[in-house]
Amino acid sequence: MKLKTALAASVAFVSASGAMAADLEVTHWWTSGGEAAAVAEFAKAVDAKTSHNWIDGAIAGSGGTARPIIISRILGGDPMAATQLNHGRQAEELIEAGLMTDLTELAEAEGWRDIVNPSSLLDSCTFEGRIYCVPVNIHSTQWLWLSHDAFEKAGVEVPKDWFEFVSAAPALEKAGLVPLAMGQQGWQQSIAFGAITISIVGVDTWRKVTVEKNADVAAGPEYAKVFQAAADARELARESNVQDWNLATNMVITGKAGGQIMGDWAQGEFAVAEQVAGQDYSCLPGLGLNQIIDTGGDAFYFPVVDDAEVKAAQLEMASILISKEAQVNFNLAKGSLPVRGDIDLSAANDCMQKGLSILADGGVLPNADQTLTADTQTQIQDLLAEFWASDMPAADAQASYAAIIADAD
Amino acid sequence: MSHAENPRGAERSARRPRQLFRNLNAKFASLPMILTALVVFVGGTAWTVAHSFTKSRLLPKWDFVGFDQYERLWNSNRWMISVENLMIYGVCSLVLTMVLGFTLAALLDRKIRFESAFRTIFLYPFALSFIVTGLAWQWILNPDFGLQGVVRGWGWESFTFDPLNNPDIVIFGVLIAGLWQGTGFVMVIMLAGLRGIDEDIWKASRVDGIGVAKTYVRVIIPMMRPVFVTALVIIASGIIKLYDLVVAQTNGGPGISSEVPAKYVINYMFQAQNLGQGFAASTMMLLSVIIVLVPWAYLEFGGKKRG
Repeated sequence: MKLKTALAASVAFVSASGAMAADLEVTHWWTSGGEAAAVAEFAKAVDAKTSHNWIDGAIAGSGGTARPIIISRILGGDPMAATQLNHGRQAEELIEAGLMTDLTELAEAEGWRDIVNPSSLLDSCTFEGRIYCVPVNIHSTQWLWLSHDAFEKAGVEVPKDWFEFVSAAPALEKAGLVPLAMGQQGWQQSIAFGAITISIVGVDTWRKVTVEKNADVAAGPEYAKVFQAAADARELARESNVQDWNLATNMVITGKAGGQIMGDWAQGEFAVAEQVAGQDYSCLPGLGLNQIIDTGGDAFYFPVVDDAEVKAAQLEMASILISKEAQVNFNLAKGSLPVRGDIDLSAANDCMQKGLSILADGGVLPNADQTLTADTQTQIQDLLAEFWASDMPAADAQASYAAIIADAD
Repeated sequence: MSHAENPRGAERSARRPRQLFRNLNAKFASLPMILTALVVFVGGTAWTVAHSFTKSRLLPKWDFVGFDQYERLWNSNRWMISVENLMIYGVCSLVLTMVLGFTLAALLDRKIRFESAFRTIFLYPFALSFIVTGLAWQWILNPDFGLQGVVRGWGWESFTFDPLNNPDIVIFGVLIAGLWQGTGFVMVIMLAGLRGIDEDIWKASRVDGIGVAKTYVRVIIPMMRPVFVTALVIIASGIIKLYDLVVAQTNGGPGISSEVPAKYVINYMFQAQNLGQGFAASTMMLLSVIIVLVPWAYLEFGGKKRG
């Protein structure tokens, strides 16, 4: 008997050995300081409210590193109890292959459809009318972060939108500062490009290209303006030699750079440096042009497992992740926006409040993760990486971009 | 070796009918390996090539699309840059590793003092993984803290050496790290070959009054042909596999200027979740290996009659 238990314990990854309590292995890639603190809030909630144990399976590195590991474990027949993924099209084929647990009944019982705001988050968890994931937060990428210090040194006012920023750039350069901080990595360049796109062409044109995949619009005059603006941004970031996004953010924090286009997670860096929004730095959602943010973010998926106990525990866990209390604690720690519109976040700072009010006004659009496949996104990233690192003319980049959109499915 | 085998080979062909059943135990014992080779290598290769003609995304699917994946591959800028980089890296690495490895080995073979100390020093880099090598050279070549920074600190303000930040020469930055890592190993192989040369050869050449350099080029190197072939195979397989060094050192940057084919395959298979595209790229890699390998194998093994 003893031997049997020992064997079971050593062999089993997620299967339970106790009578009631199940060990739930949860994989995610939240490993930075603020992220780890946030996910600990979830772990606390699960440990306190259920009889099950949250076994933390953090995978170091970014999503690009963790996602292949997670997917190959699920495909290889060694599923974890739950896993973080960005909702959208990343898990589409896993769902199609029947490897993900259907949460529709739980969602209907708890009325997720009514509480999740914006509802597009739940739509991207939905596949052929069934719900397969729990959205846990909203991240948006259309933010321009500005250093008050840098603009003071240059003797110009802190800009209110992208065009003011571009015209203030010569003054910054004269003061020996880098106008735009930019990490030399494809995904960061993608984010900057995405933010520039949405703020210059507006939602309708963006939708034609990104959702309807209309290559003619992508090759047209409106997108020509986008690529021209991206070429401008490239010149402004010419002197920025850092790689990682947080190093670029640090240039803004220390006043060495005027601004950075980055997602709302940059806020965590400002918070760690004890800077105050509106006083030491300011943020312009939609680059100050269009009050629109996208609604990407993270979601939890529950792979199909054989163990009945774990199965039951998965549903309990799903219901906790979306509960009011867990949502407040998690999102305050992470600096992201909650997926429920019906909770009180008065503790949030200036920039988060801006985001919340945009959400309340409905100024949202789906994240690229939800509209483009990983394949298309990789192609766009390759193109942009080449564009930013070379002197590729804007028109050439636009032509290649239109070709990728034409091939997208 | 071939003269020793020939008479036995003649004997074998005379008794061909019973050959299949000879040494049955040995044949039975090697069955698992034969099966592994057939199923895993040949079968896996066939499967991959077949799926490169489909539009498989995250999961392999039989959705035949002809040469679409190949068309897209050869229209992709990133792939073209990858292939070009691999060619530059391959040719330079092959020639330089061979030349440097042989030169170092020849120098060590001149009965110098502290030979084993030098041998250890030269071989040490080989004990490091490509990841460690890549990271170390990323730091050494960093313009602010590395070599360039140090030289500028000595007072030579205009000194510029920043291959990793210059898209035009970044692949040579990778090459430096690759050479540093691989040369010592080739040197050891060469040294072993040199030690295998009979002392009498040297005496004979001295009697004939042939210079040292000329002896190496005209006599020793031709005699070391098998050693060179071994070194060539090891270096060449290392070149085709080039992946981790680039990932650690530049991650393909700046932009996409230091991308390599193996990285393209991995990225498209797992990051872009486009198996078809990754398979097409890996099939092209296989094809290029075969194009190089077949004529060589024909010369090496097919032409046995000549000697």
